[in-house]
Amino acid sequence: MKKQLTALALAMALASPLTFAAEQTIVGLITKTNTNPFFVKMRQGAEEKAEAEGVKLLSFSGKFDGDNDSQVQAIENLIAAGAKGILLTPSDPVAIVPAVERAREAGLLVIALDTPLSPATAADATFATDNFKAGVLIGEWAKAQLGDKAATAKIAMLDLNSSAITVDVARDQGFLQGFGIDLNDPKKMGDETDSRIVGNEVTQGAEEGGRTAMENLMQKDPGINVVYTINEPAAAGAYEALKAVGKTDVLIVSVDGGCPGVSNVKDGVIGATSMQFPLLMASMGVDAILEFAKTGAKPQASEGLDFVNTGVELITDQPVEGISSKTSAEGLELCWG
Amino acid sequence: MTTPQNAKVQTADHEKVANAAGGDFATFQGAQVSLADRLHQFFHQYPVAAPTIVLLAAIALFSSIIGGRFLDPFNLSLILQQVTIIGVLGIAQTLIILTAGIDLSVGAVMVLTSVIMGRMAVEVGLPSGLALCIGLIAGGVTGWINGLLVTRFRLPPFIVTLGTWNIFFALNLWYSQSETIRSQEIEAAAPLLHWTGTAIDIFGARLTYGSLLMLGLFVVIWYALKWTAWGKHVYATGDDPDSAKLAGIRTERVLMSVYVVAGVLCAIAAWVLIGRIGSVSPQAGMMANLDSITAVVIGGTSLFGGRGSIFGTLMGALVVGVFRNGLALAGVDVLWQEFTVGALIIVAVGVDQWIRKV
Repeated sequence: MKKQLTALALAMALASPLTFAAEQTIVGLITKTNTNPFFVKMRQGAEEKAEAEGVKLLSFSGKFDGDNDSQVQAIENLIAAGAKGILLTPSDPVAIVPAVERAREAGLLVIALDTPLSPATAADATFATDNFKAGVLIGEWAKAQLGDKAATAKIAMLDLNSSAITVDVARDQGFLQGFGIDLNDPKKMGDETDSRIVGNEVTQGAEEGGRTAMENLMQKDPGINVVYTINEPAAAGAYEALKAVGKTDVLIVSVDGGCPGVSNVKDGVIGATSMQFPLLMASMGVDAILEFAKTGAKPQASEGLDFVNTGVELITDQPVEGISSKTSAEGLELCWG
Repeated sequence: MTTPQNAKVQTADHEKVANAAGGDFATFQGAQVSLADRLHQFFHQYPVAAPTIVLLAAIALFSSIIGGRFLDPFNLSLILQQVTIIGVLGIAQTLIILTAGIDLSVGAVMVLTSVIMGRMAVEVGLPSGLALCIGLIAGGVTGWINGLLVTRFRLPPFIVTLGTWNIFFALNLWYSQSETIRSQEIEAAAPLLHWTGTAIDIFGARLTYGSLLMLGLFVVIWYALKWTAWGKHVYATGDDPDSAKLAGIRTERVLMSVYVVAGVLCAIAAWVLIGRIGSVSPQAGMMANLDSITAVVIGGTSLFGGRGSIFGTLMGALVVGVFRNGLALAGVDVLWQEFTVGALIIVAVGVDQWIRKV
């Protein structure tokens, strides 16, 4: 954050009349944090693209997941810096909306990356993974792997946190739908009545949380044989918990496609993971802002969706019929982080 | 107060009056000690008592709700495993808080040193023992930096560690490049780093070496605080630094030593962390600084310094662990787990304020 502020101060100092004459297009990138490899990769993707296209990228991030204030400040700074557009992964999709409106009123193109705003129409466009689809893929895969035993499966749901953000809900519900479980309210996690679900626990999307959550659910029911995890660090933590009690044959599925996660698919820690493409998200975003700067055209949503789908790919070494997937070796070529 | 025996030697008039009044006048306070006063005195004398009672009450509560599954030795040892990281950080935090300071950087130091250990062993390829030692030294250095800023530059510990928290965390991201080192890579290159996660089974309970290490550290630090001059100096410095100085204690040296020891303890916590989560993740331990303060506060150590017990912190960490595990087993939503921990903190500080009134 500090580094980026200094970078901004420098950028502003450099934007004095001398360099201003060059009229370099400025693109802003605001990520949730700069700790999560997903956002680090996203920034790298944007940086590479910006360098190739000769535009100036100013990047910002929140201090922690959920840090709305820093993101609001970043938007204000980017408006002041005269950016053409902003790529934003909102930490708080509702609270950030007024700041986004100010930016759009000032003539900037605002694209939500990864997480849609609420309402999604508050941004000019959303470039995101279809997280529900990502969940459906691993759900269908798990069901197919179990075959007849799917009817008597015992499922642990390792979610993100108690705020029930859209990504968390979409993956969770997508998995259950793919597995063939009645969702009840598809906007709500944990309201399912299917007895195959042992319980929902939160992991904060990290190893320690994944381990503790898995331990507690195993105490609730030691017969768990399917584990859904919100992301691969949580999956790695869950595996440690299972390994500690000698249950390494439990099916773990996850979402992300980070390189450590794909390596874990290769090593049999994770059965299957749905890969998303943060680099692509960012570079497509930079392209869209350049296009907007040149022609004023705004990106159009993918067919049938209210966002631009940047794709999702199932990675597994145990492919099942009817679900297209890539192997972990292929996945390692595509992975991020 | 003079005793009646002295009065018998000389018999001045006023003493005759005193004798006539009877000898029990000196004890009237004792007769009126209420139950609350007795409790107050008891808690004042034994700061570890309150959190221990809460812990026992929590265990009783959850075993009555959930039954045998909760009281199962395996589950109880699981709770011990789950609080091990916060327990070790809590020891460091207790030392700092006893000196009337606070350390917001413990979590960041733990993550930074875990990344140093992991990268030294896996990326650089050093022997894992050496990597571990470098990590421990790095922990000591971070403590020394905190200590230097507190003692030499006379900055408030809250501000110092607020700053170094950000600094150490940024260094962690820079050094790790936000990349996770996977469990399998550590297993292959540096099994010693996983030692703390190795478990032994005793009567159905499963204890990790990390948990045993934590208990050992509690005993060592308890001994040091209780039976060494250094320990007395730590309490004296926290209670009243001016008086401590007048009594000849070199308070700045004491403070410095506390920060360095705390830094090393954070690095030990890093070792425990690697053992528990298997991998080295630059994103681990985000909430660890606040969790460690929570454990210390629930454990009855006064945030104003100079009063508290190291085992209180163990109890405090266990109370949080028991509530989280118990509520999870009972199927209570995570929201209410957080709510309960929050309520416990308020109650603990309230009890501390009450105990402090002498």
